[in-house]
Amino acid sequence: MTEIEPSAKPIQLNENVAPVEQPIQPGMMPAPYGIDATVAAGLEIRSRSQWDYARRRFFRHRLAMVGLIGLVIVFGAGIFANFVAPYSFSEIDLNNILAPPTTHAHHFFGTDSIGRDYFSRVIWGIRTSMEVGIIVALASSVVGLIVGTISGYYGGWIDNLLMRITDLVLTLPALAILLTAAALLGAGNQWRTTFILAAFFWTGIARIVRGIFLSLREKEYVEAAKASGAGDLRIMFRHMIPNTMGPIIVNGTLAVGVAIVTEAALSFLGFGIKPPTPSLGVLVSEAQTNPQQWWLTIFPGLTIVLIVLFVNFVGDGLRDALDPQQRRVRA
Amino acid sequence: MPEPLLSIKDLVVEFGTEDGVVHAVDGISYDVLPGEILGIVGESGSGKSVSTMSILGLIPQPPGRIPSGVAMFKGQDLLKMKKRQLRSFRGDEVAMVFQDPMTSLNPVLKIGNQLGEMIKTHYPKVRDETVKARVIDLMKMVGIPNPETRYDQYPHEFSGGMRQRAMIAMSIANAPSLLIADEPTTALDVTIQAQVLEVLKNVQAETQAATILITHDLGIVAELCDRVIVMYAGKIVEHGDVHTIFQNPRHPYTIGLMDSLPKLTEDEEWLRPIPGQPPSLINRPAGCAFHPRCFLSQGRLECREEVPPLRPADGGPGHATACHFAEELIGRHSKFTEPVTAGGAS
Repeated sequence: MTEIEPSAKPIQLNENVAPVEQPIQPGMMPAPYGIDATVAAGLEIRSRSQWDYARRRFFRHRLAMVGLIGLVIVFGAGIFANFVAPYSFSEIDLNNILAPPTTHAHHFFGTDSIGRDYFSRVIWGIRTSMEVGIIVALASSVVGLIVGTISGYYGGWIDNLLMRITDLVLTLPALAILLTAAALLGAGNQWRTTFILAAFFWTGIARIVRGIFLSLREKEYVEAAKASGAGDLRIMFRHMIPNTMGPIIVNGTLAVGVAIVTEAALSFLGFGIKPPTPSLGVLVSEAQTNPQQWWLTIFPGLTIVLIVLFVNFVGDGLRDALDPQQRRVRA
Repeated sequence: MPEPLLSIKDLVVEFGTEDGVVHAVDGISYDVLPGEILGIVGESGSGKSVSTMSILGLIPQPPGRIPSGVAMFKGQDLLKMKKRQLRSFRGDEVAMVFQDPMTSLNPVLKIGNQLGEMIKTHYPKVRDETVKARVIDLMKMVGIPNPETRYDQYPHEFSGGMRQRAMIAMSIANAPSLLIADEPTTALDVTIQAQVLEVLKNVQAETQAATILITHDLGIVAELCDRVIVMYAGKIVEHGDVHTIFQNPRHPYTIGLMDSLPKLTEDEEWLRPIPGQPPSLINRPAGCAFHPRCFLSQGRLECREEVPPLRPADGGPGHATACHFAEELIGRHSKFTEPVTAGGAS
């Protein structure tokens, strides 16, 4: 690097400047004010990033906190299923078949038609559904981000091509395709279901990211980055993608909920995950054969509703917190 | 004359639009000497910015086009350079200071990191601590107080003047030999302008980077520049050293610009703008582009039909003007006063 000797001394004032009533001090700083005065007084300054502000707004958002705590409990149970669940999901208790919820033998949610502990099955089901939801959200966000970034940054024919593909995927009747795909690829495998869902979910993110990129592309700091010799990749990753993180996080979060519901619907129709692996959708589906036993429908169904509700609370909270336009802190 | 650092010859820049071809820059040539400050003045849309942006490959193509021109910089033609090669010049050999410091800094990156980015872009192998030390030195150099604290702050925590200082620090991070300042103070209020200009001047003196200062403020030109180029409708209408231009202007447009400045020495009730509007760059007036607004032309045939060439003028070495009747301006400093026959003319 070509070194120029950086002068540690503040720049000296030239005498020929326009006459100012008070002589400007060396370094040409007005008397310290604001932040500099605070520093000069030896007080500590904590620099707050946009993320710090967002975090504060988020943690003051009551509904979001309800959702977050709820999610921690429900997903926590799913993550630690092997510790929380009293039984494995396939363990059969022949003494208790179709038992209603009882504390007897820890069958808190009762048992199903072949005597499996329903509480354990719901907990394991949460884990499966959660895995599907989170992985779908992550994978579709990444794909959507890449497609949207390329599309929005380069524009032109490549944008056209990618957006027409996106339109195509969006116009496809999702459920019909999902059913066909599941039938063709064979139902049953959790990862296959995840893959199929992700293949549909990226379009929304791609469009959002493209839209943001189109507006960011015109920003002067992007031009400034170009003028300073930054390459396309550096501009995309350092300057543009960080500015899209807010909407992506919000959307990704909400996608978890939608993916869980869609997975449940697929499994309910028998095209998603196949028993004996329990997912919440599988459990609701199995419950159809025993319509009198209310607990078989209510517990997994309620769990789905709660998860989606919590996810949406958190998503809304994030949206409010990450929107830089919004300075208002919700009480 | 020393070897020029940047030598632009017959640069033409056009933009294809729905209404027709916009001739933003129409065959201009000029040199930038090492270590000098060259001012480019003109109204909005006269091609000041485009002429410099285009040599750095910063105008979008399409709609922009550069059908002809040479821009020799240190023995290489910037206009013929490969994209990648040009990129390595930008920010390293040639750096820019942008107009609006409010929008030219990325809101999600810390100031220190943005400055460091400039170094890292071109010298990825430099160690992080070295970069940080250098950034803090740069911040001191442009008069940002408490650089250690400021390093970790975000642009929204900086005032406008501080941000422009940061932008200047960023532009000199790699010790460029050419600095392009595109209206560096337009977005700032007057008191801050004075400070920022002073910073720019000192930085220039210290780094000895040749500087192209694009502005429409003649006050800034008088204060900072060594030489001046006056542009009108994509052409250079007059150039010369700063004293010549201010004392012996030989183009009615230059005189009009100076007339339109309010003067402290005279008791003026009204500003005296140049009448009319800048011409459309799609349909330029035939002959001299300035003739419809010119006080000197009086509808003379040459003005209406012949494009005046840039020709040497009497003001001093390197002085040139593109007016058919430049000689009539000898001794004249204003549209409103009669020629001073005794003084003025050299």
